[in-house]
Amino acid sequence: MKFKLHVWRQKNAKDSGRMETYDTPEISSNASFLEMLDLMNEDLTKKGQDPIAFDHDCREGICGTCSLVIDGKPHGPEKGTTCQLHMRAFKDGASIHIEPFRAKAFPVIKDLATNRTALDRVIQKGGFVSVTTGGAPDGNAIPVAKRKAEKAFDAAQCIGCGACVATCKNASAMLFVSAKVAHLGHLPQGQAERLDRVMNMVSQMDAEGFGNCTNQFECQAACPKDISVENIAMLNRDFLASSLKNEEK
Amino acid sequence: MKLDAKIPAGPVEQKWQKHKFDMKLVNPANKRKFSVIVVGSGLAGASAAATMSELGYNVSCFCFQDSPRRAHSIAAQGGINAAKNYQNDGDSVYRLFYDTVKGGDFRSREANVYRLAEISTAIIDQCVAQGVPFAREYGGKLDNRSFGGAQVSRTFYAAGQTGQQLLIGAYQALSKQIGNGAVKMYPRTEMLDLVVIDGKARGIVVRDLVTGEIKSYAADAVVLATGGYGNVFYLSTNAKGCNVTATFRAYKKGAGFANPCFTQIHPTCIPQKGEYQSKLTLMSESLRNDGRVWVPKKKGDTRPPNQIPEEERDYYLERKYPSFGNLAPRDIASRSAKEVCDAGYGVGEGGNGVYLDFAASIKRLGKEVIEERYGNLFAMYEKITADDPYKVPMRIYPAVHYTMGGLWVDYNLMSTIEGLHVLGEANFSDHGANRLGASALMQGLADGYFVIPYTIGNYLASSKLEKVTTEHPEFKKVESDVKGRINQLLKINGQKSPEQFHRELGKIMWEYCGMARTKQGLEKALQLIPALREEFWKNVKVLGNNEEFNQSLEKAGRVADFLEFGELMCRDALIREESCGGHFREEYQDEGEAKRDDARFTHAAVWEYKGENQAPVRHQEELVFENVKLATRSYK
Repeated sequence: MKFKLHVWRQKNAKDSGRMETYDTPEISSNASFLEMLDLMNEDLTKKGQDPIAFDHDCREGICGTCSLVIDGKPHGPEKGTTCQLHMRAFKDGASIHIEPFRAKAFPVIKDLATNRTALDRVIQKGGFVSVTTGGAPDGNAIPVAKRKAEKAFDAAQCIGCGACVATCKNASAMLFVSAKVAHLGHLPQGQAERLDRVMNMVSQMDAEGFGNCTNQFECQAACPKDISVENIAMLNRDFLASSLKNEEK
Repeated sequence: MKLDAKIPAGPVEQKWQKHKFDMKLVNPANKRKFSVIVVGSGLAGASAAATMSELGYNVSCFCFQDSPRRAHSIAAQGGINAAKNYQNDGDSVYRLFYDTVKGGDFRSREANVYRLAEISTAIIDQCVAQGVPFAREYGGKLDNRSFGGAQVSRTFYAAGQTGQQLLIGAYQALSKQIGNGAVKMYPRTEMLDLVVIDGKARGIVVRDLVTGEIKSYAADAVVLATGGYGNVFYLSTNAKGCNVTATFRAYKKGAGFANPCFTQIHPTCIPQKGEYQSKLTLMSESLRNDGRVWVPKKKGDTRPPNQIPEEERDYYLERKYPSFGNLAPRDIASRSAKEVCDAGYGVGEGGNGVYLDFAASIKRLGKEVIEERYGNLFAMYEKITADDPYKVPMRIYPAVHYTMGGLWVDYNLMSTIEGLHVLGEANFSDHGANRLGASALMQGLADGYFVIPYTIGNYLASSKLEKVTTEHPEFKKVESDVKGRINQLLKINGQKSPEQFHRELGKIMWEYCGMARTKQGLEKALQLIPALREEFWKNVKVLGNNEEFNQSLEKAGRVADFLEFGELMCRDALIREESCGGHFREEYQDEGEAKRDDARFTHAAVWEYKGENQAPVRHQEELVFENVKLATRSYK
């Protein structure tokens, strides 16, 4: 198979950037999207042209590093991460548009690689249980209902890729934040700080320049890990509860 | 090079407790006077950085990825072992210790392994306290499953994503500490060299991967938690960025490198499809709880698997190893798969696969139960192969996965360079010649949460540490060396990309230093690798320059180190004239089973760098087995 790629090129954060067009070499239909880009880059290198910069690491859909908007959809036309997309999803000769995850809070570093440390800073403001190492009670001391454990696990599957932000027309990070709020909010371990957590994380989310949520649910549709918007509902309830109950603030 | 493991005296059950009392402490008010650098933010690195900073030390943590949560620990799937005996099936600290020593084919240090088993229970408690969403039974208690090499159910898990959840737990703890200012975090920053002053590790030189700036950081102690070197084979289950650079540079500065030839090939991975493939994807060992491994009894049988009746299937693991069956340890399961494929019974394109069949379990337990246990793994398999494992058996083949070898460390996890400590997969100590499933996660967290926070205090309290800043001439010298290497790589402007060289190296390593090694093969590799390396330094093509985001340059530096390291591995494999664990020498076997030579090789081989183009020197740490008697490792 061969493809025509339209790729966002941007030399660095200050460069204004532009779309460039490339013809790929012969690509197997079993190749993954990133393997296709690897081969494109080998070709460019041979020709003495600057290879396309893009973030990636595990190539198995779990690390959250890869972050391409393919034909207008974060992670491309199928469910799952960019690295799990295979070229058999495209027609031979197709024109494919490749852009970085775009958001004010995700400044471009180069070409398709962006700075998503905003997400780390939100976690740093409360996405944890304040427990130091050592002195923990026995793991079975507090039973956790299976259904609650499953809800917590489902929310905890968030890989922090930012596709939810990239697909949202407001560049809101609500799905990301709610995933962590819900993961810890469903578990007994997370109860002590539940009200503070939601306030602090939402406040950091706002400070980073993410947009507000208008309940379009594009985020859930784009999420490679099927994180549910029900988590956003839980976040909103916790936020309201915190505003009303949390007398300390 | 002096190898003093500093194993405490006394019965193995008491060594760690006694040591904790004997070690020097740093008083709480004094801890803030010390600074520690942690390189790597995976399970071992994040847990170490978080814990040491909670104690009061000034911690700086570095990772080359864009966030500490990207460390490849995240991809571990199956589970984490702990000797809780919640299942009431006979587990104990001693049994976990025994299984691990035996699983390591009697090439690990008993004291370290016992400590690992002892600490395992505290790890589960810590993770639960952090909110790690382990699988639960209906009554609300933690669930367990079985794993290879064990006859008890001691593995705690979170679907098929245990590594992810444990890493997120450690990442959350690290985030808490970054948020309150206790840890300074430097993502997109790669360590390119170690700085040793007066025989002590006093800092690192790094490259900012966004700006290209070469910078120095000074500290009172350095901790490397930089993972394994499986990517020397190019194709492995590692992430693309995983590399040997940090530990290799430490080796060149005087840290002994132990047992580099002990590499683990995982039996169940998705088979390679094409030349362009960039990595191999792991299918967790936990699948072997419910999957049965088989090949057709007839050679070259191309019938679809569901059309091959039971009598015409060879469930070879169950046949060869009745008491462990499909849960035979990894080295044994991998070699068995290679054996049947080499003999012509393999399935799939090119005959490079065997079946992992869930039909019986789906029938017995129902699809929903299987989906709950392995959901994400089945989805991943389908994405990659376009086959549905609920309907047809998975096709799997062994792939490079983990490295038991690493920098040599003593009982305090300190290398032969004073002050340089090494944790997790980057060190060599606990798994011997073969790692059991679900024990890497255990080791990374044991080292980071419960060992280094104690032993680093002992080092800091007992050492005379002169005040050192990055103005010291040694930092300037190392910075200059690092810049020199980078300039050299950029100047060559040859014909082949770093990726091409990496692929070629990988093929040599897999062919001659892979699952089955021979004297002739290894000697051949020892000619091919230096030749490839020489070509690299004359013919590599790295575009762009240093003062920018330059992934080719990053790659070139890592491949350059692999081109030297691969040679060390082959040397190690050549001298170890026995088969043990993952190191299989065809000349030393007993009807396909590994044959150890305990009289000559009951030791860890520790290599000392002697300089450019000079042969390294091999030292030995003799291993003494007082508790687990040396025996032929049988899983029949």
